[in-house]
Amino acid sequence: MLAQLGILMMFQFIGEALVTSVGIPFPGPLCGMLLLLLYLCLRGGPSDDLCDVGSRLIDNLGLLFVPAGTAIVAYGTLFATDGFAILAALIVSTLLAVLIGGAIAALAEHVGSGVP
Amino acid sequence: MIDFDRLLHLQGALIWLPCTLLLYAGSSALHRRFDRAPIANPTLLTIAALTLVLACSGVPYRTYFEAVAILHYLLGTAVVALAIPLYRNARRLRGRWVCMALALVAGSLVSIFVGLSVAILAHASASTVLSLAPKSATAAVAMEISRLIGGAPAVTATLTIMTGIIGAVGGPYVLNASGIRTPEARGFAMGVASHGIATARAFSEGEVAGSFAGLAMVLNAILTALVVPPTVRLLGLV
Repeated sequence: MLAQLGILMMFQFIGEALVTSVGIPFPGPLCGMLLLLLYLCLRGGPSDDLCDVGSRLIDNLGLLFVPAGTAIVAYGTLFATDGFAILAALIVSTLLAVLIGGAIAALAEHVGSGVP
Repeated sequence: MIDFDRLLHLQGALIWLPCTLLLYAGSSALHRRFDRAPIANPTLLTIAALTLVLACSGVPYRTYFEAVAILHYLLGTAVVALAIPLYRNARRLRGRWVCMALALVAGSLVSIFVGLSVAILAHASASTVLSLAPKSATAAVAMEISRLIGGAPAVTATLTIMTGIIGAVGGPYVLNASGIRTPEARGFAMGVASHGIATARAFSEGEVAGSFAGLAMVLNAILTALVVPPTVRLLGLV
């Protein structure tokens, strides 16, 4: 179990090191994720233990966003001046993106297997 | 020499880690109690409670963040782990990838252009408009784009998290109301619009929805980085 956690953290580190050394503006963890995906393809799939550790982390993904999310406490003045504009822009654009993205993605079920 | 003052300060900050864990555990219990209703989103409830506590106690955010930095580190580890469900559900992309690619482009562009338009119409300051442009990308990418186009990366981080929460809370209702039921489409739409926090929500609907959300999050991080800088230049915002 600990070994699998270590493997995930090693991919996290390699991803971070790679984007820093190449100097591309891309998050290290996403790079680590793509590297792990490549590793899984080469290996022919994850071990049961790796799946187990992975799903434990992912099950608590919401908790892991709390430290970054709580930063909102430091932006009282911004919301005093631009609060309405920010809320309107975020709510309208995000929900419209969900609606349109979802409607188009759902078309896949109607197009069927005719598409390669 | 051991700096006892510093040590004492650190031990005082030790309260924040258990506090965060317990608040989240309580919020999760409430979420389950309400049949996983999107409005009872545990991340939202925990952040709201902590914001209240920090604001009332006058503890600076920096102190709080240092005490719970390990959770932020594990966020990176969890994002790496998303490769596992992605791998397991990759075959579901067969016959769907054209629609998913179109959904990615449409969702991403709607998010950027509608966000910019509404912010400008509602008279947001120029710096807020720029900070808002990359909000649908995952936080680290959004902050980097914000820096490139002259926004405020720290503000972008907060707006990005808010976008995640709005998508995770409001997205499922929008999808229900428009009769979109397939997990692939639901997950993908939430991942495009609202990155990781909506991905967490999508995983609570099931692994297929979660995997498609994770996929959409990665793809939209790349697309947003490509689209936003030329767009703000074209619109004459910078």
